[in-house]
Amino acid sequence: MTDRLKIDYCGIEFRNPIVTASGTFGFGYEYDEYAPLSEYGGIGTKGLTRKPREGNKPPRIAETPSGVLNSVGLQNPGVDVFAEHIMPALSEQFDTHVIANMSGNTIEEYAEMAEILSGTDAAIIEMNISCPNVKHGGLAFGTDAAVVEELTREVKKRCKKPLVVKLSPNVTSVAEIARAAEAGGADGVSLINTLLGMKIDINTRRPILANNTGGLSGPAVRPVAVRMVHEVYNAVNIPIIGMGGAICAEDVIEFMLAGARLVALGTGLFMRPGMIFDIKQGLVDYMDKFNINNISEIVGKLELNQ
Amino acid sequence: MKQTYKCKLRLKTEIAPGIFDYVVEAPEIAAEAKTGQFLHINCGGRTSLRRPISICDFDEGFVRFAFQVKGEGTEKLSRLDPGDVIDIMGPLGNGFTVNEGERAVIIGGGIGVFPLLRLARYHQDAPVFLGFRTKELICMEDDFNEANDNVVICTDDGSYGYNGFAVAAMGEYLMEHEVDMIYCCGPTPMLKTVKQIAEYRRIPCQISLEQRMGCGIGACLTCVCETKGEGMAKYKQVCSAGPVFDSREVIL
Repeated sequence: MTDRLKIDYCGIEFRNPIVTASGTFGFGYEYDEYAPLSEYGGIGTKGLTRKPREGNKPPRIAETPSGVLNSVGLQNPGVDVFAEHIMPALSEQFDTHVIANMSGNTIEEYAEMAEILSGTDAAIIEMNISCPNVKHGGLAFGTDAAVVEELTREVKKRCKKPLVVKLSPNVTSVAEIARAAEAGGADGVSLINTLLGMKIDINTRRPILANNTGGLSGPAVRPVAVRMVHEVYNAVNIPIIGMGGAICAEDVIEFMLAGARLVALGTGLFMRPGMIFDIKQGLVDYMDKFNINNISEIVGKLELNQ
Repeated sequence: MKQTYKCKLRLKTEIAPGIFDYVVEAPEIAAEAKTGQFLHINCGGRTSLRRPISICDFDEGFVRFAFQVKGEGTEKLSRLDPGDVIDIMGPLGNGFTVNEGERAVIIGGGIGVFPLLRLARYHQDAPVFLGFRTKELICMEDDFNEANDNVVICTDDGSYGYNGFAVAAMGEYLMEHEVDMIYCCGPTPMLKTVKQIAEYRRIPCQISLEQRMGCGIGACLTCVCETKGEGMAKYKQVCSAGPVFDSREVIL
């Protein structure tokens, strides 16, 4: 489309700043039919675990005003199947960067997965320390700064790709956790993961989700996500992938002004699987309007009211 | 490449209290649709998820579907007028697998009868058992009678037609007839009973399932049903692996 959308992230050139959020996008195949994966800067693939996981009982999804609650529970084929079959097929069929997402139960498991993924064509490894939907999905890791720093340091030792730590919003200070990830050697951070929530059916007096609680995403969380990206941008020097309810170019620009270099689409794809086309056009229109040569010029260019 | 379509609403009928029958102009969808597939509909407003609604019929550029007002999305959808445009993804999922010459039985209940209309037409000599709670809730009786010669309308309270559950009427039929395939769509208690009967009598059975859904195309893994598979295969996506399943595969 245009070089004006090109942007560097962790030393890797992305053809545009739009990526997809892990968990909403499978391994990309399904969405390629609605917009070729080469239209995106990169794709975030379904969260992987060391061993295959069957996931939670259904219902796994519930709608809330301008939002979605989900509790899939990391159903996935395991990192080995990804490394041996899925990733080779993705790199053979599609021209896009893959951000491989992983979740572990122990530091050793995370490190082992990072090593396995380092041997694949994935461009970036995203470490999920904040899945709210499984008992040992990393949420315990993601809420303690000292643990985040140690975990990141140990994983970095065996990780040969840029390591991006995915942060949970379910913490007192997201900036503190981001600083811990940076101190541990993370190459970038991504945020926000979903906000823990609950939806109750008042007739049955039961939560709609079989897992009772789930992660909230969609436009409902966007202001929280933008604020957190802003806080993290001021706290660390590593680049940010921003996400949380972005459904149009204006939302992407908000995230970038707040400090994100890449912005992930997620829940919004359920409504508009082909929205990447409009979003890219919207970014170019914005650049024309404000005489911006390259989209990277707007990263962090938020001006606060005095 | 696939896309979402802006479809003009052409006909709108409230066929029972809170149940609407829509015909939309959707040539691309009509050209590809198969019996048993579904549409993923953007109902607008504050909704952030599409609503999966099964295809009832299609022909020459038009697609017909019917739905019951259940919540915010369907309520908003029900307020549209002919001429309004609806944002629709589809056709999605796998439909029924129909075999020529098979001795079929078709059974549906409530709003689950809609995706069975085309099956009833294809197998027009097969018996069709349609169950409703009461007379006022009977839907598409004329359509089914036009499509098929052996429609049996059943009401749970006996206010019309066969007095009792559709599964009871089907049970009586199965005592006296050899059957090669049962097709079923309806509320979960009906699906469970039909599955049990089919397995007991060793009759292959295709059932159409419903689940709260996200993407509609197999990516988000939210609309799953439990199956006899293990590990990653234990839960399968209703949207892309279904919505029609071999009854022996799923656990209800």
